[in-house]
Amino acid sequence: MTLEIIQLVVSGAFLISGVFFVLAGAVGVLRLPDFYTRMHAAGMTDTLGAEFIIFGLMVQAGFTQTSLKLFLIAFLLFLTSPTASHAVADAAHHAGLKPLLGKFRAPNPAEVKANKVEKH
Amino acid sequence: MNPHVILRVVAKMLIPLIALFAFYVQFHGDFGPGGGFQAGVIFASSIILYALIFGMAAAKKAMPPSWVRIGMSLGVLLYGGTGVATWLLGGNFLDYTRFAPESTHAAGQHWGIFSVELGVLCTVACAMLAIFYAFGSRVQDLSDEDW
Repeated sequence: MTLEIIQLVVSGAFLISGVFFVLAGAVGVLRLPDFYTRMHAAGMTDTLGAEFIIFGLMVQAGFTQTSLKLFLIAFLLFLTSPTASHAVADAAHHAGLKPLLGKFRAPNPAEVKANKVEKH
Repeated sequence: MNPHVILRVVAKMLIPLIALFAFYVQFHGDFGPGGGFQAGVIFASSIILYALIFGMAAAKKAMPPSWVRIGMSLGVLLYGGTGVATWLLGGNFLDYTRFAPESTHAAGQHWGIFSVELGVLCTVACAMLAIFYAFGSRVQDLSDEDW
């Protein structure tokens, strides 16, 4: 009986924090100013939000085959979604899209490439 | 350093898992969602991912186009051959019960569907790869400086 209550509370906590991250990601995608910051918010949704929700479901399923399958899905998401975010952001950086910045100016990829050529 | 190092490391971990998952879908098709077609597509996608990340030449080395051509026809042969085998055992075309007529738990159906699905897996995976090779070979590989 107490074990079931603990299971329920732990899985509920995981699910609620997962929903929080998904909501934060959704707000971020809508409200943040430029591509990179939006990418950051969307990546957060995929990794942390989905991961927490799956862990909550795993706790609810207990030590069963379903739980193992959920763990494999979580592992796959943990590998793929940051990689996908990285690939998209890297492609945008290579294409020369500049991030929207305040005081600090990041080096322009085109200039960095030109400087490297000069040094050699 | 290679600009795609993260993609390559992750793909190296994922490609065997994707291929393994294809066989899970294939052999679990009797009990859950899955079957030859889906398994074939998943297996082909693992090799397509390899080609996208490591280049067409490497993929063609791993899975030569000549194998792909043989695989496409081998699957059809396996499917049709199962039907012909049931003919030779005295039944109709694809009459699976002829494989084990005395079985009380439909073992003949099980073996018949197993070999037919194996044929579907072979043909679908190879056909997907053949389409990918045909389209992918038409343009030169983009070098990293071009994009």
